[in-house]
Amino acid sequence: MNLKDLFKAAAVENKRRQVVVQGQVVPESSRCVQCGICSFHCPIGIDVRRHAWQGTPVKDSHCLTCGECVTRCPRGVLRFEKSSIFEG
Amino acid sequence: MTRYLIIGAGVAGISAAEAIRSVDQSGDITLLYDDADGYYSRPGLAYYLTNEVPEKQLYAFQEDDFHRLRLQRLHASVRRIRPSEHKIELNDGRLLPYDRLLIATGAAATPAKAPGVELQGVVKLDSLEDARRILKLSRKAHSAVVVGGGITALELVEALRAQRVQVHYFLRGDRYWANVLDETESRIVEHRLKEEGVQIHYQTELAEINGKNGQATGVRTVDNRQLRCEIVAVAIGVQPRKALAEASGLKVDRGVWVDEFLRTRTAGGGALPGGEALPDVYAAGDVAQVYDPLAGKAVIDSLWGPARQQGYTAGLNMSGQTRAYRKSAPFNVTRLAGLTTTIIGAVGGRETDADLLEVARGESETWRQIPDAIAAQADFDVNRLRVLVGKQNLVGAIVMGDQTLSQAVHHLVAEQADITPIREQLIHPNRPLGDILAGFWADWRQQHGAK
Ligand SMILES: Cc1cc2nc3c(=O)[nH]c(=O)nc-3n(C[C@H](O)[C@H](O)[C@H](O)COP(=O)(O)OP(=O)(O)OC[C@H]3O[C@@H](n4cnc5c(N)ncnc54)[C@H](O)[C@@H]3O)c2cc1C
Repeated sequence: MNLKDLFKAAAVENKRRQVVVQGQVVPESSRCVQCGICSFHCPIGIDVRRHAWQGTPVKDSHCLTCGECVTRCPRGVLRFEKSSIFEG
Repeated sequence: MTRYLIIGAGVAGISAAEAIRSVDQSGDITLLYDDADGYYSRPGLAYYLTNEVPEKQLYAFQEDDFHRLRLQRLHASVRRIRPSEHKIELNDGRLLPYDRLLIATGAAATPAKAPGVELQGVVKLDSLEDARRILKLSRKAHSAVVVGGGITALELVEALRAQRVQVHYFLRGDRYWANVLDETESRIVEHRLKEEGVQIHYQTELAEINGKNGQATGVRTVDNRQLRCEIVAVAIGVQPRKALAEASGLKVDRGVWVDEFLRTRTAGGGALPGGEALPDVYAAGDVAQVYDPLAGKAVIDSLWGPARQQGYTAGLNMSGQTRAYRKSAPFNVTRLAGLTTTIIGAVGGRETDADLLEVARGESETWRQIPDAIAAQADFDVNRLRVLVGKQNLVGAIVMGDQTLSQAVHHLVAEQADITPIREQLIHPNRPLGDILAGFWADWRQQHGAK
């Protein structure tokens, strides 16, 4: 791993730590029309649309909370919500 | 083992299948559809046409999902239902038996009446196949004429612009979507369209589409102007696909009539006993005409959310539960000339819209209701917020541009929050409407434990 990758990995890890504290992506199903833009733009391939259909937060531990899906969604279905680290 | 047949693989049909399977693990569920592409996101077609999402992505269900629900699928067209025999008749003559049947056949674009509509290059936007056709035609086309109103007309305009086709947009009246938007909102949209290079022709009506060798080459307007174009895109409304129900002796008004449990009725007369409930035949989605407490009458929606909810409720009832469908304030988020716009509840302007003959895609008839309410509005740059203030609650709202307040007003309208504490402030001119609503929402949400 070169220095650049190391930095990158550290940044990702850092972000992930923040996530634990900061929150998760939460859908509001009634606004979703399943267009799939969210899943299409997820850099690590999480099927965000499926969460939106089922109305479940994106609890995938790999979620970077990069915000791509939240900002790309044309209908305001997704938002960040603070999650407690004590939550199961 | 109960045999369930679902006619239609749209969101209503799919939701019904999910609901049935959640109750009945062993029943036999078959989904029938005449659209070869099966289940995909119909609203997503607009984003496909602007190159924001690839075609493949529109399929929300994969093979695994159908497998998990143990759904059988049959690409076939249904001609008639024989309720007294508990059978359906396919176009190829085959008969299929059912114990419970759902009609979820959706809606189809109303064709234009002008001579020349059969020419190549005259398009509508109902299906994935239509979208593919538009993309193909756009590759060679120079200019296009778009006729109609509502959301789909603008989606067509945006799609054609995204494909670098010069667009002429014909409006029969003086402004865009006059029975839902107020004048300021119409002007905001029109201004943005013009900035994008769209040529709007006011008070212009299509008389005839001209062609050569079966291909559209231009149009003539009622006031005798000629315009060259290779594409004519029509979005003058949609009609529930109710022919099947009509041919089968069901009660049909503008859509297939259903009660609060989404059960159909017989039309009366003919071979069937008059006007009785058909306990084993249900309808849901764009094809159904459903009672709306907000409008005080049975209305037609062409909206994804209600189609999903109705499908789900029908599915539960079909599998033996008793669940009434309660229509909530119709809602959509769309883009009008690139401006994100949320429409909730009854917002109707006082005018009629000459560009739409029926309800349009992504629309509810309820929006056109003229509410017994006072309009309060705030404009900031291109952002606009209009709320319709009733006696005790908000009956409708439009949020254009900045969507910060979209969720707040959506919940306040849908849940009929008592706004008495802020009512006076809301209708008082020159008050910061956004701040008042945001503050109220924050308190209301805490008190009511809303998400
Ligand atoms: C371009 C576009 C944009 C839209 N935008 C929005 C939006 O922004 N927001 C929103 O809320 N809604 C929007 N809509 C509307 C939304 O897509 C519909 O409300 C929704 O798809 C309705 O679902 P449905 O299951 O009732 O019917 P449909 O999705 O229309 O499905 C009908 C099904 O029935 C089948 N069928 C019909 N007749 C027969 C027959 N005789 N035999 C066999 N099969 C048959 C068809 O093959 C199809 O599978 C849009 C629609 C379009 C086309």
